[in-house]
Amino acid sequence: MSGKVRIVDTTMRDGSHAVSHQYSIEDITRISSALDKAGVYGIEISHGDGLAGSSIQYGWATHTDEERLKAASRVVSKSRITVLLLPGIGTREDLKMAIENGAKIARIATHVTEADISEQHIRLAKDMGLEVMTFLMLAHMEKAEKVLEQAKLMEGYGADVVYVVDSAGAMLPDDVKKRVGLLKNKLDVEVGFHAHNNLGLAIGNTVAAVKEGATAVDGTLGGLGAGAGNAPTEVLTAVFDKMGYETGVDLYKIMDAAEDIVRPLMQRPQVIDKSSLILGYAGVYSSFLLHTYRAVERFDVEPRDVLVELGRRKVVGGQEDMIIDVAYELSQKRVLEGGDNEGRVDQNRQDRG
Amino acid sequence: MGGDKIDVAIIGPGNIGSDLLYKILRRSKYMTAKLMVGIYPDSEGLKRAKSLGIEATSEGIEAIRGRGIRIAFDATSAAAHLKNAPILEEENIVAIDLTPAAIGPYVCPVVNLEGHFDRPNINLITCGGQATIPLVFAVSSVCTVRYAEIVATIASKSAGPGTRQNIDEFTQTTARGIEKVGGAEKGKAIIILNPAEPPIIMRNTIYTLVDHIQKDRIAHSITSMIERVQEYVPGYRLRLGPIFEDNKVTTMIEVEGAGDFLPAYAGNLDIETAAAVAIGENVAKRMVKAGGGG
Repeated sequence: MSGKVRIVDTTMRDGSHAVSHQYSIEDITRISSALDKAGVYGIEISHGDGLAGSSIQYGWATHTDEERLKAASRVVSKSRITVLLLPGIGTREDLKMAIENGAKIARIATHVTEADISEQHIRLAKDMGLEVMTFLMLAHMEKAEKVLEQAKLMEGYGADVVYVVDSAGAMLPDDVKKRVGLLKNKLDVEVGFHAHNNLGLAIGNTVAAVKEGATAVDGTLGGLGAGAGNAPTEVLTAVFDKMGYETGVDLYKIMDAAEDIVRPLMQRPQVIDKSSLILGYAGVYSSFLLHTYRAVERFDVEPRDVLVELGRRKVVGGQEDMIIDVAYELSQKRVLEGGDNEGRVDQNRQDRG
Repeated sequence: MGGDKIDVAIIGPGNIGSDLLYKILRRSKYMTAKLMVGIYPDSEGLKRAKSLGIEATSEGIEAIRGRGIRIAFDATSAAAHLKNAPILEEENIVAIDLTPAAIGPYVCPVVNLEGHFDRPNINLITCGGQATIPLVFAVSSVCTVRYAEIVATIASKSAGPGTRQNIDEFTQTTARGIEKVGGAEKGKAIIILNPAEPPIIMRNTIYTLVDHIQKDRIAHSITSMIERVQEYVPGYRLRLGPIFEDNKVTTMIEVEGAGDFLPAYAGNLDIETAAAVAIGENVAKRMVKAGGGG
């Protein structure tokens, strides 16, 4: 095996969920500088839910996207500053602001079946000279053929790379191979992969994706991220080095960045606890985890029950308000039935067929 | 036709136009659906209108002239409405605009129709705006709303190509409507498309941040506003709340459509056509009372 793999580090975007979007400007500066020196291809900086994600629905960030981008721009020289935008949340105005503040890569993300809402944003980013990577999120929910159909739309709008995004950390290596492999065969543009570690497969799945031909992959320092976290950038660097792939990332520098800068910022250990495991098992958007913890406190219900019910209702990314709805409904049900909820997980498994 | 009903036209024989037609035929007291205007002779919508006994033309907006039409519903696109609007004004026809063109003022029938009866052109904001602005207004009419944020979740199948190709228009227009009509100092709108099968009913969450929270007054205002919206959208229902946390008020509603022409899950489209017809009905009623029937 040999070839090049580009690593986009998303510690300051997807990782931002795990610190409830509370990075200080000093954190942003230190992490950006360390990533730039280590040589990652892209450094993604945005609210966890993309530009303009700071809200009641997704959580307020300490600083605006603009303030964070400005701070990063001051210290980044080699790597490309990257932003995420979810059509329906952010707009082209937000994208223009990011470009004015140094963004070189735009990542435009939609649910796996909704690629056609991304056209105006992809075209704007291309017209303004950016590299465009697009995301098909919760890609485990659809078969490979459907993922391809949607990927082709994004390719047609001008995407340079189309990512298969395992937002729920629900894919097994074979699921990754089918989707990435089909896209690699049928698209003219590059294929990327974004993992979550809810089933402990973030690294394994990313390796599977690269073996199928993915050439852009995402990681975060120390695996910091939504749910059980992302593929740790430093581990990806080591693994690809051993496999003979060139990433351009300095292993010692990236390990130091994870250990010395990011690990001390972690508000909770980045492990597969029972709730994160359920995200992967039930196929629920990883960033729902911390919102669920907050909701269960208010309504006194079991987080696993909430997550399983969200999976059963097939909620998609962005529907954080449904967490309150489900938690409330479960709390009412418990009052009515007066019983506990044991065995619900097994029932759900049957439902999912 | 005698002096008791006003002749109206629908421009754009697509799903929205057809739903408008059904609503007017089935329930209107003051409007007679006289004409359906399209541009494609093979249009299913024009055929449908004809089969319902309505005159249908594929000759475009010019065909509306000289027929005594007093009100026209425009369910085309923003670009088309910009061309249609001057012709309607020339003909002294009140335009009720369901496109994002927004030539006329934003109107939500339960909030600000009173001030806009005499306008030649009235704009419907967005579907998300029609579903959520009444509740922002319900809160802002009893206390100061510093910030209002709405999340509209709709079935993928209910989002047409117009919405999909210009989703920014939805978020930006709805946010402006929350401020201008809803009365929030700052507004934000988020839209989510959910492809689940069977299709989900439109869901909306309305968050407001307020000064000097008065729980009882807010709760009462929300309840009575929901009842008022139910007069033209019976499937407009409270799901949860209002929940009060510090200075934050959270309310969740769902909107089930009447299922006239559009499917019942598409409450987002139904609330817009229902609001348009409610506005038309009020405008027509005033015309009738002024003695100007068809």
